[in-house]
This record gives sequence, C-alpha cells and structure tokens, in this order.
Amino acid sequence: MLKVILRFFNLVVLTLLALSFFSFILIYLFPGDPLTNLSGIANPNPQQLEILNQTYHRDSAFLIQYWYYLIDLFSGNWGLSVSSGLSLADEVARTLPASIELSTYALILSFIIGLPLGFLAGLRHHKTTDYALLSASVLGYSIPVFWLAMLLILGFSLQLGWFPLSGRISLLYEVPRISGFMFLDIIWSDIDNKSEVILDAFRHLILPTLSIAAFTTTVTLRIMRRSIIETLNSEYIQAAVARGLTSRQIIMKHALKNALMPILPILAMQFTTLLTNAMIVEVIFSWPGIGNWLIQAIYQRDYPAIRVGMLAVSTLVVMFTMTIDLLLRLIDPKKSKVERVAI
Amino acid sequence: MLSYCGFKLNSKKRLLQNSFIILFCLSLFGCDALLNANNQSDGVIYCSEGNPTSFNPQLDTSGTTVDASSHQIYDRLLDFDGQTGNVIAGLATSWLISDNGLRYTFQLRKNVEFHQTDYFTPTRAFNVDDVIFSFDRWRLKDSVYHNVSGGAYPYADSLGLGKLIERVERINTYRLEIVLKQPQSSFLSNLATDFAVILSKEYAEQLEQNDQKDLIDRQPIGTGPFKFANFRQDSFIRFKKHNQYWGDSIQTEQLIFDITPSSSLRLAKLITGECDAMGLPAHSELEVVRQSKDLILDEKPGLNVGFWAFNTSKPPFDRPEVRRALSLAIDKNALIEAIYFDSAILAKNIVPPTSWAFQTEQKNISYNPSAAQKLLRENGIEPGFTMSIWAMPVERPYNPNAIKMAELMQGYLQAVGVNVEIVSYEWSTFREKLKQGNHDSVLIGWSADNGDPDNFYRPLLSCGAIKSGTNRAFWCSEEYDALIDQALRFTNNEDRQYFYFKANALIAEQLPLVPIAHASKYQAFRKNLVGFEINPYGGVKLAGVTKE
Repeated sequence: MLKVILRFFNLVVLTLLALSFFSFILIYLFPGDPLTNLSGIANPNPQQLEILNQTYHRDSAFLIQYWYYLIDLFSGNWGLSVSSGLSLADEVARTLPASIELSTYALILSFIIGLPLGFLAGLRHHKTTDYALLSASVLGYSIPVFWLAMLLILGFSLQLGWFPLSGRISLLYEVPRISGFMFLDIIWSDIDNKSEVILDAFRHLILPTLSIAAFTTTVTLRIMRRSIIETLNSEYIQAAVARGLTSRQIIMKHALKNALMPILPILAMQFTTLLTNAMIVEVIFSWPGIGNWLIQAIYQRDYPAIRVGMLAVSTLVVMFTMTIDLLLRLIDPKKSKVERVAI
Repeated sequence: MLSYCGFKLNSKKRLLQNSFIILFCLSLFGCDALLNANNQSDGVIYCSEGNPTSFNPQLDTSGTTVDASSHQIYDRLLDFDGQTGNVIAGLATSWLISDNGLRYTFQLRKNVEFHQTDYFTPTRAFNVDDVIFSFDRWRLKDSVYHNVSGGAYPYADSLGLGKLIERVERINTYRLEIVLKQPQSSFLSNLATDFAVILSKEYAEQLEQNDQKDLIDRQPIGTGPFKFANFRQDSFIRFKKHNQYWGDSIQTEQLIFDITPSSSLRLAKLITGECDAMGLPAHSELEVVRQSKDLILDEKPGLNVGFWAFNTSKPPFDRPEVRRALSLAIDKNALIEAIYFDSAILAKNIVPPTSWAFQTEQKNISYNPSAAQKLLRENGIEPGFTMSIWAMPVERPYNPNAIKMAELMQGYLQAVGVNVEIVSYEWSTFREKLKQGNHDSVLIGWSADNGDPDNFYRPLLSCGAIKSGTNRAFWCSEEYDALIDQALRFTNNEDRQYFYFKANALIAEQLPLVPIAHASKYQAFRKNLVGFEINPYGGVKLAGVTKE
C-alpha cells in the first residue's frame, strides 16, 4: 500500500516538475523580453529593472533561476498580468473555481441523465429502446460543443428569451467572492433577497451546463450500457436466474452494483474532458472562467497570463487524474492498471 | 432472460411515470419564476464596447474612456444643452466676459459634494481650489500631477488651451477668474467639453501624502451623478448612485457598464434584456433593432467626419495635384452605400451640415477616373505606383468598417494604375504608429465634442495639432492657421463664417484630406428605459436614466 502511494507521489512530483520546467522555458520561447514574460511588468524603468533582476535572480545560472522560479510558484508570487496589471495568482483564484463549478454541475447532470438511460438501454439490448437511445447518443456524441452552445443560445435566449446568454449572474447583483463558487458565495454572503439571486444564478447556469453535459451524458450512457450488457451476460447472473431469483433481486443485488463498480473511475475521468469542453463553452457564454480568461490573454498577447493559466489548468488535470487513479488502486490493490471499457 | 427484462420494463414504466409526474409538478411550480427574469434590483446596465484606459477624460480623446468617465463620474464648469447646443450652467452658475474678451469670471455653485467612497471621505464641499487644481494639471508642466499617468493631455493640447490661458486665479472661495492671452470665442464651448472635468484637490492631496498619485485616474473622485465602485478589465465597471448629487435628475441605485467588444454580442444581450442599452450598434445590424418590438433605435445627425488623410510630409503626397488626382479616383457615393448602409451623408467638407460653419454652396469632388488617370500621369505617377492605406481596426461612428472601405478603394485606385497596400494594427499600436507618420494615407475620422466649428478645424489640420497627434495629414499651412485664429477673435457667428469659408476653400484647393462622410449617431435601448437620449456633444450620458 505504502509502495503504491510512494510511487504515485513520485509520479506526480515528476510530472509537475516537468510542467513547471516547461512553463519556465516558455518565458524564453515567448516573444518579447523574458523578464517581462516572467514579471508581467512591461517596459520597466531602470529602478524597477534592477529590483526585478534581483527578485528573479536573472544574473544567476539557468537552473538556479529555475529554482527561484519554483520557490516563487509555491509562494504564490506568480507575477502580474501585462494587460490588467493584476496579480495572476488572484486572477487564477477567481477564474478557476468558476470553471470547476461549471464542470462539476455538468458532470453531475450527465450522471443523472446518462446512467439511468444507459441502464435502460443495456436492459433492452437489441430492442427499439436500445437502438433509439444509441442513435440519440451518436447525435450527442458528434455535435461539436461550441455549435450546440450556439444553437441553445439561438433557441432559448434569442428566440424564446427564457435564459440569459452571458455571465454567471446578472451584473446588478453584487456577490462578494469568498470561495469563488457562486452558490456557496450567495449562501454565505449577507445580501438581501437571496432566493432571487440564487434563481438568477441558476438561470445563468442552465444553458452552459446543458451544452457541456450533452457530450459527457452520451459517453456515460454508452459506457453504462456496455457494462450492463456484459454483466447480464456473465455466468453468475445466469446462475442466479437458474436458482430462481426474481428479476428485481437479480438486477438490484447483482447486476447493477457489479456493472457500476468497474466504470465509476472511468466516469470520474470524464471530468478532465469536461473541463476542456467547459473552456470552449465559457468563451461563448462569456462565463468568467479560466478558459475565457486564457482566450482573452491570448488575444492581448499577455504572455505571463498564458504561461500561468496553462500551468494552473494542467496542474489541476494532473492532480485530479492521479488522485482518482490512486484511490482506485488503494481500494482494489489487485488491479495493476485501470480497466478500460469500450464505449 | 426475457422474463426479467419484461418485469424490468414494467417497473421502469412505473418509475418513469412517477418521475414524470414529479417533474411536471415541479416545472409548473418553478417554470414561471425560472423563465421570466424578475429583477428586483434597481440599476441600469449599459453594454459598452471596450475597456477605458483610465477614468480621467483629460488623458485620452478615445470615446470609450470618455463614455466611462466624463458624464458619469465628473461635472464640468459648463455644459451643453442637448437640444440647442448652447452653453449652460454646470458647476459654474454664472459667468462674465470682459469687454476685450480676455477676462472670464465664473461664479461657482455652492454645496456641491464630492463622492464619498471606501477609499476617500471628503471633508469639504467643492470650491475654487478644485477648479484651479484640475486646470493646472493639464495646463502647467510644473504642477505636481502633470506627469502622473503619462503626462499627455491630447485634447487640451490639440486645441492649444494650455498656451491660450495666461492664468487661472482665485478671487474668493466661489469665484474664479481666467485670463486669456488673446480673445477666443470658442473658449466657453471648450470648457463645456467632455475633457474639461473637475477633479478633487483634497483627494489629490491625500494621495500625494500616501505616495499613490497614480490612483487619481484609476480610483476617481468627482462630483458627478455616479461614484466609481469597481472595475474589472474585459468584464464590467460598476458605479453607485451619488446620494448628495447637486443636480435634480433621478438616479438609479447602480449603473453598470458591461464590457462587450463584439457588437453582435452587445445586440444579443440587448435582445435578451441582459443590457438595457448599448453603445455603437453596427450599421449592418440597425435593421434588426428597428424590427424588434422591444427595442428602440435612436438616431441623430452626428457631429463627426470620416475622411481619407494623405501624409503630406511624404512625397509624392506633398503635392496637391497628386492628392486631387487620387481623390478623383474614388466614388464616395458607392462607399457610403456599402460601408454606412445609407446611414450617413456625403461629406463635402470637414464640418457637418448641422454646424453653422457648413457651406451649402461648396462643391463636391466628383468621381472621374479618367481625369484622375490623366492628372496622375501629368504628375509623373506611372502605372504600378504603390501606396499604403492605413485602415482603423475598430468601428467608430464616423467609419464603421475602415478595412472594408480600404478594400473598396483598393479597387478604385487599381483602375487608375495605383496599387494599394492595406495596413492595420491593433488599435493602440495603430494610433502610436500613426503618430510617428509611417503611413502614406489613412482612413480615420473625428468626432467633435462641442458644437463649435473650431473643434473640427483646429485639431484636424492646424500646425499645432501635428505634435498632439490629431493632424493625421501632417499638413501645416500658415495661411490656414491664421484664418482659423482670426475666426476666434470674433464672437459673432456671421463674422466667423467669413474666415471659415475661406479656410474651406483652402482645404478644397489643397486637399490634405478627402472628407468622405458624416455619419449619424445611433443608440439602441430597451423600451422600458426612460430618459436615455443621444448626447450629440461627445460621450454618453446616463444620469437620470431609469427603468420603468
């Protein structure tokens, strides 16, 4: 057990080191002055230049500079954004939760819809229900996320006027940022008419969540369906039928649990796909998340922001993937590798 | 296997039925609340087109900065009446002009309170010291705040105000005297423009003590109807109502600028009601606004001109004949149809017809490619000559799509044997490079901030405006400067007309720039918004705008 943890720990540390080194190299690869790419201060005056050279140890050897860069990363001293002059650590702390929030709701939604439907399709294998769900899932699987988002805007915002098309909440409401997660912040804050604000936040959430969830829902559906089919065809189910157990007993006690267990980690992994899709959808819905922020940074050639944003997102993805993987192995040490299920 | 599938289906059916009933009940209960925005919060959201560079219009002539600051945060000594264009009282309640036109005495308004915010609490009301401080900031190079935030005051510089004012003196706490070096009839109008805002001296002193002088332009304090609350780049600007505002207009509790650079997204937000009003609707989208039953499109003839300026400091554009030949090759009517969608009128000169300096009898240069070709050859411009046309990357009221216009002109000039290279940069880089004079010619324009024609003649073509960067033609004529200077010595419009008509003739003869169009100014807003009117003189005014 300890060995597994240690091995994972090593892997995480090495991956993150490689990532941070890559981001350090980017300082030199991006156009412009490396010092500006590092600090975010464009055209520093001679005084600033001297201070900057000292803080970043620019006259030291390359690897020593990298060492100080790492220290800065850990102490939250990530530099400033060239275009806004704000601290990048604050900016990431503001935008990343918005993206995580959106992805989480989309993940939950796709489980709520995808798992029961996949279950149903699996039970009705080779029947009309199965085919109908399967073809619907092909549709959801192949619609590009950004296109779906635009269709939803066109239909539900512009034509029907049901839902807003931009942002997390109406700008008229001023919700102080505590955690960065909108609903928690609303509940914790001491603003008036909370229920109204929550409803407004919810209205803003619906379309972006739906457009990201569509893809993951179909993936969930197909994984669940396949898993149920495989389980129902296994010998112990047939043995249970032979023993005269009722259908309810067989499905609830044996099939469902055994079908779900192997695919749960794979489903959790969908979170990273979701996060990438969320970053695209954010731009369309002007959602103030990290994807939108990164796109703005790219438009404005804000190299320090691009570097830090890339590092933050990749770190999150690496940490999440590794944690799920580790948990899985700790629960079931016999597994040498994550089980793959065809979809 | 079949048996339990059948059973499963039954149980599934029941489950589905139950859940559908539950969902249906829930949706009946929640749908109405969910689908209909029911915003109790009192506030107006204005969708603006970009980030302001600061919150001080003294520092920038860009419309985006002026919109976000001038009429929201600040007041001026004088204002323009939106209907007549006459100068009316602002922070100054009355004023006297001496007989020789050199001495201006202003009586200031009493009990005008500055904003109280979490970063500043005023201890005294507005008085003469604040006016002197605000004027000295752009006027005097040795003023403590002159070099803060770059130290460039393009508007005051292009009008030559710093050189015009001899001194600004305090007579008593509420009485101010301004002495000019020479009489200038447009002086009062200039004091009513967007840039002539009054800052708080007390706030400036507080910042100076804390060594945070540059905050004065980022966390502004003024006397205007709204106080600054916060600003997030690329996202929003939030203003709160100034409770002690001296004016009588009714303010909403909040004013929010939703920063949305794409004009189609601004329109979309207006349609869904996420914005109550939007700035700069695209000319191609005006029809959508007109046809929507929830939206109102307001239109007024704009005080602006879109033009094609030649860099007269570069050969062969230093020769008037070449400039004339090139302008003969362009069909302005076709440009107006294609670029402005007929929401503009053809410009014969730099002032629009709404101005009293407009000359009805002036002739327009007609489209005549064969004459153009002949004139070009006579002046030694052979087929295959290449020139650059710089086109603005952004949409402006006076030119909604400069790049497309440049492409059309490319075709026209090709027909007379001139090759055109179209150049465009990001907006701030574009203006920076333009100032350095790297261009052969440029498609740009000018929006005036007051009704006085001097506001067109001086910034666009005077010698002094080359340095401040508004004279894109780099054209300097002593004769022209003398004419527009003389025009200011007279107060009677008819006397001044004489000189402006002469200046018009000089421009028509020399053609440092080819006027193309005077575009109308548009504003789109939702039906339930009350009191929102186009300000023909400069920036958007949101004081007194409320929702029904």
